[in-house]
Amino acid sequence: MARDRSPAALVGAATDDAFEITFDGRPVTALPGQSLAAALWAAGILAWRTTRVGGRPRGAFCGIGQCYDCLATVNGRPNRRACLVPARPGDTVTTQEGHGHAELGV
Amino acid sequence: MPNSASDAPEGGLEDGAEYDLAVIGAGPAGLAGAVTASELGLSVALLDASGQPGGQYYRHPSPDLGAAHPEALHHDWPAFAGLVRRLAAGEVTHLAGHHVWTVARAADTEGSWDVHAVTGADGDGDRPVRVRARAVLLATGAYERQLPFPGWTLPGVVGAGGAQAMLKSGLVLPGRRVVVAGSGPLLLAVAASLAAAGARVPAVVEASDYLGYARRPGALLSHPHKLVEAAVHGAALLRHRVRLRTSSAVTQVHGSDRVAAVTVSRLDRQWRPVRGSGHRIACDALAVGHGLVPQLELAVGLGCTTRRTVEGTHALELGALQETSVAGVWAAGETGGVGGVQLARVEGELAGIAIAARLRGRAMASNARRVRELRRRRARMRAFADAMAAVHAPGPGWPQWLDGATDVCRCEEVTAGRIREAVADYGARDARTVKLLTRAGMGWCQGRMCGTAVACLAAQARGAQPAPPPERRPLAVPLPLGVLGALGRTPAPESDGAAPEDRSDGSDAVG
Ligand code: FES
Repeated sequence: MARDRSPAALVGAATDDAFEITFDGRPVTALPGQSLAAALWAAGILAWRTTRVGGRPRGAFCGIGQCYDCLATVNGRPNRRACLVPARPGDTVTTQEGHGHAELGV
Repeated sequence: MPNSASDAPEGGLEDGAEYDLAVIGAGPAGLAGAVTASELGLSVALLDASGQPGGQYYRHPSPDLGAAHPEALHHDWPAFAGLVRRLAAGEVTHLAGHHVWTVARAADTEGSWDVHAVTGADGDGDRPVRVRARAVLLATGAYERQLPFPGWTLPGVVGAGGAQAMLKSGLVLPGRRVVVAGSGPLLLAVAASLAAAGARVPAVVEASDYLGYARRPGALLSHPHKLVEAAVHGAALLRHRVRLRTSSAVTQVHGSDRVAAVTVSRLDRQWRPVRGSGHRIACDALAVGHGLVPQLELAVGLGCTTRRTVEGTHALELGALQETSVAGVWAAGETGGVGGVQLARVEGELAGIAIAARLRGRAMASNARRVRELRRRRARMRAFADAMAAVHAPGPGWPQWLDGATDVCRCEEVTAGRIREAVADYGARDARTVKLLTRAGMGWCQGRMCGTAVACLAAQARGAQPAPPPERRPLAVPLPLGVLGALGRTPAPESDGAAPEDRSDGSDAVG
């Protein structure tokens, strides 16, 4: 019994409508209503950004839109807060480097 | 006139719609205030950044996740369900997905306020919305207080409240083996829900010693339900074999690109680590937090007076009926001092009644008994919250957890060493000067994560009590430039520092 405890089991979630997004090109399963950060966590991915100064990996920290550690590039747009943005079928999330505008040269 | 949709579609609101009352924040305080005022005859707009009501405490999965029992992750769910039923049955216009970035006096209508918001999941919708109202109720809640330590920026280290929020809304865990650490009553609740959802929780590490409760029996005994709640969490933790270590802290996180283990050290009464007491606990995530800090940007921007709380932070100074020092602006819940969900509901209702009385120009006689009862409950719960906050307030020795290379400011990657240098070599004596010299607190989060730590480090140099300044951030949420540009065409909002006005009379005379 202890083995199959899970968040979904706890709240009796019916989760058959899973869909796919990609993270740095690899497929990740997401559930309708999950944020991008939640979908990435569910896949065991905890980091999707590297910092500007030290190039250190970061992911979601506060989980509620306050810390900005979870910034990601989503469908080509940088600086989206992954903990707030809902996952949609076909979304492409890519690791965001630095301030997210490197390719724009600013 | 407001329509009765309880969740107006994102595009469905005309700019400049007018209401009697704008409530900002749809957590327990805001919900209670909105439905109460609406039921007393006011037209009410309820603005909230989330897609659904509940705030942080009642965060729950989106309906798309099909959770049959969202209440399994909550205490007090029936009270929330009751508020949501009243919201749906009534006339409140619920503006979900609205990130309020400023509130200002309406330039052209005396006694009115303009509430400015941007829409979208993370405020990127670029569509500015302005709601005009005769009264404002700030129910903006709180965010988690963080104290830094070596390794706290490693992926897998998450806020305790953050882990809880991600679990409640996204049904996910940060790892399989999660240590929970920090201080405050929230830790027990977080550990209990993580364990119930299938995580192994090897330990809950609490920096305070809990003996403080024994020294304050009065406050405890007046709140038997709090004891019961603690006992419920305690029983759950025992069942899941979670060890509670008090007077201890995580003083180091190990791992190269994600958490592999933590070192837990014993603390003395000042929260200084006891040399040689550290031991490692293997884990793949750490959920950490040191209580909550009221979220005051909008209020401070309006010039509302703040007070210092027992735990050394700031909260709004409020009158007997929840009015701030700025006449026409009320506040409820954590903005007036962190005190929990029941208190938030009581304050929200009190504010709703007071605002209805003020705007309708009627005496509060018809609600006098209810008001008396609410005020009595509020006083009791505030006293308990203060006692609890004192027990868990950060001890002065915590900066000894830091080494020079520890990032204090996560956004700008400013280390403890550089902050100490600013203090020791360049004479910085407060958080603001440290910020200017080092950029600590100037990044994306505007000091929300490092503010407490920076203020403590700056204050310690002069042996003073650390007192983080009340947050003065010109914009409460990040804003697309186009929105600011568009404002040139509408009445310009007054920015910072509207002069605080005398507390209006009358409101305090009731009850
Ligand atoms: S995790 Fe903090 S803003 Fe997203």
